Amino acid sequence: MQLDDLYRQVIMDHYQHPRNQGQLADDAIAVDLRNPSCGDEIRLQLLVEDGVVKDVRFRGSGCSISMASASMMTDAIKGKSIPEALQLAQTFREMVKGEPADLDQLGELESLQGVSKFPARIKCATLAWQALERAAEASGADGEAKA
Amino acid sequence: MNPLAIRDDFPIFQEKINGHPLVYLDNAATSQKPRQVLDVLRRYYESENSNVHRGVHTLGTRATEAYEGAREKIARFINAPSPYQIVFTRGTTESINMVAHGYARARLQAGDEIVLPPSEHHSNLIPWQQAARATGATLRYLPLQEDGTIRLEDVEAAVTDRTKIVAIAHVSNVLGTVNPVREIAEIAHRHGAVIVVDGAQSVPHMPTDVQELDCDFLAFSGHKMLGPTGIGVLYGKPSLLAEMEPTYFGGEMIDVVELHESTWKEAPWKFEGGTPIIAGAIGLGAAVDYLSRIGMEEIAKHDAHLADLAVRRLEEIDGVTVYGPGPGKPRAGLVTFNLDGVHPHDVATVLDAAGIAVRAGHHCAQPLMRILNVGATARASFYLYNTEDDVDAFVAALKQAKEFFGHAIG
Ligand SMILES: Cc1ncc(COP(=O)(O)O)c(C=O)c1O
Repeated sequence: MQLDDLYRQVIMDHYQHPRNQGQLADDAIAVDLRNPSCGDEIRLQLLVEDGVVKDVRFRGSGCSISMASASMMTDAIKGKSIPEALQLAQTFREMVKGEPADLDQLGELESLQGVSKFPARIKCATLAWQALERAAEASGADGEAKA
Repeated sequence: MNPLAIRDDFPIFQEKINGHPLVYLDNAATSQKPRQVLDVLRRYYESENSNVHRGVHTLGTRATEAYEGAREKIARFINAPSPYQIVFTRGTTESINMVAHGYARARLQAGDEIVLPPSEHHSNLIPWQQAARATGATLRYLPLQEDGTIRLEDVEAAVTDRTKIVAIAHVSNVLGTVNPVREIAEIAHRHGAVIVVDGAQSVPHMPTDVQELDCDFLAFSGHKMLGPTGIGVLYGKPSLLAEMEPTYFGGEMIDVVELHESTWKEAPWKFEGGTPIIAGAIGLGAAVDYLSRIGMEEIAKHDAHLADLAVRRLEEIDGVTVYGPGPGKPRAGLVTFNLDGVHPHDVATVLDAAGIAVRAGHHCAQPLMRILNVGATARASFYLYNTEDDVDAFVAALKQAKEFFGHAIG
């Protein structure tokens, strides 16, 4: 087991300097999620216009893996349609579970591939993505933001 | 007591973890099992297996004798006056829920109070929240000192004639504090309240004498004291067990069953509805035999010594915060800590890469995490097979974690 496989430089950079941290206005979709077994928590906010993620912010506390994953995710989904964002979530989940995945889609997120060798940490890596899936659901299955 | 010889009894120490010998410091979560317990389980299934208290055949008698024999061993282990005060349950959680359900609820009403510290494990907290919600009683929390200890004058102030239940852990699974249960029981009794003691972290690690503690109920789990999972104990005073309602109804626990109503056996059997945890109970009997042979005084001294050593070593590392009593202060065999700027999950992953198992998370004590103002912590907990070398390996790996993240974070 190689620690450097898990803790890549990009991950530590996102952990230390999270992107898109903060809050959006009250009309954004907000999802609060926690991992009850370890106490990690996240608040994810999405501003969805015409089915597209116009803006996204998160706040949370947790380990390097969960926070770096959240930070990279927010970068990756900005400007994507809801179905595209959900597709990315699916691919990301496949990668961290060690299943065959289309890594080209993932960009920087590929740095989290090492998680697949640390099964105890998969939940950390997917917390933000689970929040994204909830937010997408709240935005309406067709990607239209609810009034 | 020789931990190195003891280790030979535990097959798990043959395992390599990520290429390293196992350093198992997660004993507060569950303990490892010695061959002496595993052998008894095997022998039971190979030569005694049968249902208990039913039928007249030879194996049935063997199984019943082994099961009831385990009850007697456990009664002696905690100095209970009679084996009939030992109820077999699934563990601490189930034991406390049974008391909250079968004893407390029928006796609580609006205006009554349940007194407890905010440091309790969820399993000695939520059953009381639920009982309070169902009856209109209220929870009253004891204040904690900075180091997690509880002052008797605060207990004196909180316990009044409204108090019906005092619920408290003998040893905190996060802080390692040893609560003055005997004195608290005395205060509770002066006000006519009943004291329910969570012994999950004390019974495995120190001598327990229920008569000296004068507790009304005591709950503990077999798997934390070398026994199998799925077996635990509820000890109760005879008059309280007699008044308490069963939680599960069905076979085994009945006396006479009519079409419209039924009557129960006496305690402890009325609380053991259905086929009981036969192998588990027998395995726990073997575990207390093992612990008694080593000696609980010795084990308590050993665990506390390793924890104190760990506290001293940790305090020498810049950026480490240790929770609970300081060095040299009374502390059970566990140490909860954090490393500045490094999340406990990340600490645990780095230690795991070196073969060292510690716990990271909220330790089923979310209200206490809020008091400590942390989301999560890491915890090392010791038992009879741990050595000073284990403490050294742990401290060395923690320094590596600090180094690793120091570089990575910059
Ligand atoms: C203080 C304390 N109480 C209760 C429990 C719950 O024990 P169990 O999960 O065996 O029911 C534990 C163990 O995690 C504990 O440490």
